[in-house]
Formats: sequence, C-alpha cells, structure tokens
Amino acid sequence: MSAVATPQKPWAKKPADRIREISFLLGSLAFSYGFVAATEMKGKLAYGFIFFVAYAVLSSTYSFLTRGAPAAKDSLVKTLVALGAVLTVLPISSILFTVLQKGLPGLHSGLLSNDMSMATSTDPIATGGVLHAITGTLTLVALALVMSVPLGILTALYLTEIKGKFAGPIRFLVQAMSGVPSIVAGLFILSAVLYPITKGFSALMGALALTILMIPTIARTSEEVLLLIPNDLREAGTALGGTQWRTVAMIVLPAARSGLMTAVILGVARIAGETAPLLLLTGGGDKVNPNPFNGSVGSLPYYIWKAFNAGSPEAITRAWAGLLVLMVLVLLLFTLARALTSRKVS
Amino acid sequence: MSQTVTIPSPRELSTEPRRSDKVFRGVVTTGGLSSLVILGLIALFLFYRGYEVLREEGLSFITSADWSITLDESANVVESNFGLSAMLVGTILCALVAVVIAVPISVFSALFLNFYAPQWMKKILVAVIDMMAAFPSILFGIWGFLVLMPSVEYWGKLINKYLGWIPLFEVNPYFFTRSPFVAGVVLAIMIIPIITSVSREIFAQAPLDRIQAAFALGATRWTMIKAVVIPHGRSGVVGGAMLGLGRAMGETVAVYTVLNIVFQINWHVLLGAGGNVASLIILKFGEASEYEIKALMAAGLVLFFLTLSVNAIANVIVKRTGKSGR
Amino acid sequence: MIQTPESEKEMSTPAQPSSLASVANAKAPRTQASTAQGTGLETRGIHAWFGKNHVLSDINLDFTAGSVTALIGPSGCGKSTFIRTINRMHEFIPGAAMAGEVRLDGKDIYAPGVDVTKIRLQIGMVFQKPNPFPSMTIGENVLSGLKLAQLKVDNKDELLESCLVRAGLWNEVKDRLDAHGGSLSGGQQQRLCIARALAVSPQVLLMDEPCSALDPGSTLRIEETIRELSDSMTIVIVTHNMQQAARVSDYTAFFLSDGGPGEMIEVARTSEIFSQPKDQRTENYVTGRFG
Repeated sequence: MSAVATPQKPWAKKPADRIREISFLLGSLAFSYGFVAATEMKGKLAYGFIFFVAYAVLSSTYSFLTRGAPAAKDSLVKTLVALGAVLTVLPISSILFTVLQKGLPGLHSGLLSNDMSMATSTDPIATGGVLHAITGTLTLVALALVMSVPLGILTALYLTEIKGKFAGPIRFLVQAMSGVPSIVAGLFILSAVLYPITKGFSALMGALALTILMIPTIARTSEEVLLLIPNDLREAGTALGGTQWRTVAMIVLPAARSGLMTAVILGVARIAGETAPLLLLTGGGDKVNPNPFNGSVGSLPYYIWKAFNAGSPEAITRAWAGLLVLMVLVLLLFTLARALTSRKVS
Repeated sequence: MSQTVTIPSPRELSTEPRRSDKVFRGVVTTGGLSSLVILGLIALFLFYRGYEVLREEGLSFITSADWSITLDESANVVESNFGLSAMLVGTILCALVAVVIAVPISVFSALFLNFYAPQWMKKILVAVIDMMAAFPSILFGIWGFLVLMPSVEYWGKLINKYLGWIPLFEVNPYFFTRSPFVAGVVLAIMIIPIITSVSREIFAQAPLDRIQAAFALGATRWTMIKAVVIPHGRSGVVGGAMLGLGRAMGETVAVYTVLNIVFQINWHVLLGAGGNVASLIILKFGEASEYEIKALMAAGLVLFFLTLSVNAIANVIVKRTGKSGR
Repeated sequence: MIQTPESEKEMSTPAQPSSLASVANAKAPRTQASTAQGTGLETRGIHAWFGKNHVLSDINLDFTAGSVTALIGPSGCGKSTFIRTINRMHEFIPGAAMAGEVRLDGKDIYAPGVDVTKIRLQIGMVFQKPNPFPSMTIGENVLSGLKLAQLKVDNKDELLESCLVRAGLWNEVKDRLDAHGGSLSGGQQQRLCIARALAVSPQVLLMDEPCSALDPGSTLRIEETIRELSDSMTIVIVTHNMQQAARVSDYTAFFLSDGGPGEMIEVARTSEIFSQPKDQRTENYVTGRFG
C-alpha cells in the first residue's frame, strides 16, 4: 500500500471535452457565415448574434442529450453570461481601435507645440495644434486638485478618524454628490461665482465646477483606504502620547500615502475628460493663457468639441486626434493608479 | 465589629482634548461638512437664479413643451414660453432605454465574472471594465455618433420592420437617424461598467455556506445562482441599476451629439426626435439672453433634484444589501 | 450485523475507555431490518491536496449500507476534507486535487462521464452551521433540493411531511410551513437542513459536526434522528465529541495527523475502539491524553 500518489483532478476538463467545445465554436462560426450570407442581415453584429444563437443551441442540445434538462438550462445560462461579458467589453475594443485608427492621421510634428490661435478647425491638419488645450487642461486639473484634495481627504478623515455624529449624513451626502450631473455643477458656478463676482470666463471657474465633481471620488476612495489602515497603528500612536492630530498626520496619513495618491489620481481621471461645465465656464480660448484667473482658456475636451462641431473632414480628424491625446492621458493616469494600488503595502 | 463597605461612585474621567486636537477636529469637521454646504448652495443658487422664470411659468415649466423667447430691439422680453416637458420625457426615455439594455448585460457579465470565469480572465476583465468607467463622455458621444449610429439605425429599422406594430416602436414620419434609441444605446454602453461593478461586488457577498448547501443538494451552477445569489443580491442590483439610471439622466455631451433635439414630446423610441434637459442647456446656452439663462438655471434645478432623488434612493437600496457599491 | 449488547458486556476496564464503551454498548439494538439500499460506500487510497499541500494520505475506509460510522480525531487532520471527497464538494476549492477511488454501489464516482450533480443527490450532506435558505419558507426549504436538481415528484405534500417527520421537526412546524426559513431556533434549523437533505432520497448522508453549534437538548434530538435514519441509509458523521460517537455510531474511525497529511489510524466497532483500541495513538486520544 503505497502512500505516494500523484494529485489529480478527475473533474477537470478532458481533451475530449475541449475538442468538442472547439468544434462547437467552429461549427457555430461556419453556420453564422452561411446564415448571414443567405439572408438579408448584414454587419458584424449580425454574425455575432447568429454565432451565439448557434453555439447556445449546440451546447444546450448536447447537454440535454447527455445529462438531461437541468444541464441543458445550465449550458444555456453559461452561454448567456459569456455573451453578457462579451457585450460589455466589445465596445471598449471598438472605441480604442477607432480612436487609434482615426486619430493617428491627425498627429503631426507640431501637434504638441502649436495652439489654434492662427488656425481654425477646418484648416488642413498640419496647422495648429493642441498646446493650448494641454496647458489648459493641466491648469484646470491643478487648480481643481488644490481645492478638492484637501476637502476630499478632510471629509474622509472626518468619517474614519473622528466619526462624529454627522458621519452617517455626510457619507450619504457624498454619495449624493457623486450623482450631480456635471452640467448642474457648471450652472451652479455660473450662477454663484461667474455672474455675480468675476463676470468672465476663466480657468478658475472651470476648476471650481470640476472640484465639485472630484470631491466625492477622492473622499470615497480615501475613506476606503483609511479604513484599511489597522487600528493598531492608531492605538500605538496615542499610546506613545501623541495627540490625535499628530497620530493622524504622522502615522495614519503616511501609511495610507499610496492609497491616497490613488484616490487623487482616480479623481483626476474622472474629470480630465469632463466637457459640459467647461462649455459654460471657460470660454474655450485658442491660445495658451498663462493667467488662470482671468480670460478664456482652452482645454482638451473643448478643443475636441469645437473641432467636432465644425464638421469638415479635417475638423473631424482634429477631433479624433484630440481624443487620442486625451485617451493617452486618461490611460496613463489609470495605469499609474493601478500600479500604486498593487504596490500598496498591506 | 461590622464594617459597612461603601461602594465608591465612579470617578469622572475627563478627557479634555488638547488645544491642537480641538483645532484639528474643527478643521476636519468643517472639511467634512463641505459636501453638505456645496449641495445646499447648488440648490440655493439655481433656485435664486431661476426663480423669476419659475414664478412666471408656474407648473407649465414642467408640463409644456414649448421653448421659445422673443426679444425686441432693445433686448427686452416680448414673449416667452419655457417648458421642459419634451426634454423631461426625453431624459427619462433615453435613460430608461439605456437601463433596459444595460441591466441584463451587466448582470450577466457580473455573474460570468464571479461564477464562471477563470481567475486570470476575471482579473483582466475587471481591469478593463473599471478602465472603461473612466472614459470621458465626449468620447462616447463622438464614437457613438460616427461609428455606432449607422449600425444602430440599421437595427432600429429591423426592429421597426418586425415589431413596428407595438406603438413604442412606431416611426412616423419615417425618420430613424438620431433617435432616443441610439442615444439610449450609447448611454447603455456608458453605464454598463458601473452597474457591472456594483453587481459584481454584491454577488461576491453571496453567503458561501448557502452556496455550498445548494451544491450539496445537487444543484447545477445556474440553479444555485437562482436559489442563492439572486435572492440575496436582488435589491443590490436594483440599486446599481438606479445608479446607472441617475448617471444616464444627467449625461450631456454623449446625448447632445447623437440626439436630434426637437421640442415635442416624443415617446417613439425609434423616431429621430427628442432631447434631454442637459443637452438642452448646452444647446441654448451659447446664444441665450439673460432671461433665457434664468430659464436654463431653472432647468438645471429640475435636473438636479431629479438626479439627486434617483441617486439617493439607489444608495439606500444598495446599502441595505450590505457593503455599499462603488 | 449488529450484535446485541449482552455479548459485549464482559469488557470493562477501569478509566475512561470503559465509560465510553459502556455508552456504546448501551445503544438500543436495531429492531427492524435495515432498508438501506445499495451495497454501500467504499473508499480506496484517498489522498487530498490543496495546491501543493498534502492534507490527506491513503484513506481506505468502507461504509456498510445502513451503518453509522463516526470519524473522530483532533481538529485539522482532514476528516472534513475526507467527507468532502465523498460527495465531490472538495473540487470546489481552487487548487484542490485528489487521488484514489470512491465507489458507490461498486461504481467510481470520479469516473469520466459521471454526472456529478446526480452523485450529490445520492450522497447528501449536512453542514456544521445550519444554513436554510432565508428567501424560502420552511416548506419550500425542505423541497428546495427538488427545485435545485429539477426533479419531479408526484406528491409534494406527502414528501414534505415524511421528511419533516423523519427529521423530528414535523410537530413543531406543521402549522407554520409558510413561515420563513430563518425564523427557527438553531436546533430546529439544523433539523430543517436534515429534512431538506432527505427530500432527494439520498443513499448516504454525510454529516460534518452537525451538532457542534447546537445546545445539548437539540443535540440529543438530532442524535435520535440519526439512529432512526440509519435504518434506511448509510450515515457518516464527523464529530469532535467522543461521547456522541459512542452514542450514535456502529463503527468509529480515528484520524490523526502528525503535522503532515492526515491518516486513518484505526477503524473498528465503536465499542471496541473505546475499550480495546489496537493502536497506542488511538488509546491516547480516547483516554484523553491529548486532543
């Protein structure tokens, strides 16, 4: 009686099963080609739809014949959930592909160093550029960060460190605030600040509206991060004779540093592409505006918007190129946030 | 000699916080209350600015579909009619179409990720879906208009051909481009990542012991999901759907590019006419007179309360299933 | 198959083994012939792994149809893992692997082409923590196995009543079958779970420490149920409570792990294990020297 045995997984899929599945997939593919050719349906979506129907029928029938009705229903559901997942991620590949395909022709050597003060959207592509848009977006983001990061983190601190009697209502309000449409935030700043006080477009106005949109993201992510910091650290701090604020400032916040940075980055990603409030508040200028408090300022979303609305083929290509630049920015931010999250010390 | 032992009364412990801590608490509390302050100010200012128009129009601000204003040479208002009903109907219609399309797809995706996908696939897909939630809405608007619309119109025509006897799918006049259906599809693609994320987190909390009990009784994966996961996560998914609804209702540019804004109540999903409140504001803002801007402020107020209530209800529902969704 | 107590009364050595043995001997004899179906359950060369971690080594244990077998031993030596290889629940854990054969009525349940959901209908399980489905009423809970496996049954009410009677719960709930599954006490919930497991007519019932979360009154009632059920099915019960093993089981198997994979040290009739264990380690455990 040997006590040495090799671990096995008798329940795992066998080669015969895999071959069968692949043959079902290929069969459905062939069927969808034939079906679409024979009927009036057209387009990639048609192929996809028939393919899924064919595969569902094949696998459910097989399950029914070998294991009965419950297994057939199970197979059907399995196909449906896979379809759901495919439908969820299909648009993203189409979007990314389109942005690349249509945006690349819009790139030229002067893209990042020129602005649109001497060109309009309908001019040939090699003129003008997005310099003003990039500087504008950076200005807006920087201003918004200055205002939203303190408020967002303070809100999170209130919820996790002080846990006062307003904590429940405040958490609820933060959630509610995350549902405020961006245009409403824009209208609010318009009516509360721009009309009565500054009476003109500026980056600051846009940044104020963006702040309203950023605070909930930063507050919620920061709260989650701070909750992960074990209480032992806080107790150690107070046991060493620290006041609460010293404990928070010197122990809790540094421990949560990378998570808080993630929260900030996610907040920036959220608003980097926000358009509606900027249409109301920033004026969409065509040149680089060094003054953030006065005068209209461009931004990537506004640039894209103007180009798209101009309508000519060159303008549309400009819009796609602008979108490409914006997407690169958003994706970089997002990857940065994820890299920070995975390097977080648990 | 008997001795009575008197039990001492508890000492009063006073932890008077140090001054620096008092300041700290004050600062943090003020920061924490900022959201309350901001929300309150939003309601206040929009009401203040839009009050004149609201008083002038009364209830017809919500019930009438006209939106017009006539000015004389010195820019005084001669006549004005501001009614949001067409836009409100459009807001709700587009958002509903979006939710009807998005929720089944999202729920199936979430089930796939939690119960069917191998671990490596799940990690990649979750990253991809979360990334999609960060895409700017203007991207969806432009992509939707230039890329998606032609095929969606084609599908709209198909639906009309085979299901056109249902009043919802009637199209008269025969005009398919830029319909609420197209806008709804674009919005659906935008909100699927949100609803999927919320549903995924809800499903992940389905109690493991009951899942095991179901399998031990001879359940297939689907019957287990039906018996344990869905009853447990039902209200959470509803909450997630409402979050998506709220997002769809407030969406501006994605709808503006795709929809043909017409000031007429349109319930026909496939007919190319409609609008939503947010895109109305953008449309009219550029050339609005002072008085019309007040009307736009009032419109913003209505939109604010609408999305606020939907989101509030959604969050209450999601919280009741356990951890709140993102 | 079951001997009368008289012939075993001679054995009585002082100290603990004898009190457990006398408990074992005091069991009432079977009054009716066993109606258990099938030829019983056999396990051969069972090993289990979690990833690279070898947790169970070379278990060979047979369960005669209609018997009650208790698995005893200190915690962590693989008893629960072992029974989960029997109803093929082990494979749900990511990274799980096994080796060996489990034969029900002579057929290996791990053979290719076996429908695992049907196996779980024949080999049922009751868990340590009662887990009725809260979204269903009491009546729906009992019959939930039918719904989950999509079985058709002619007379649902009859089945419902008979399962609750066999589980010892009928009198307490017959007037409130529409109440929620979670509205019962812990002991009642566990009996509900037993009734639920019975509804799909299993041949074998696996019980993973079914009474450890319950009060003594409920425990005794469930033990009575186990004795009654063993007339018609094979029962395997994992327990930390040696007195329970003595009260309830015909055979007892002792599991032990010395830091490596768990092994089965000894299996015998319950009264023998407690009075004359063959292995020194068994004797150490049942006399309370460790564990």
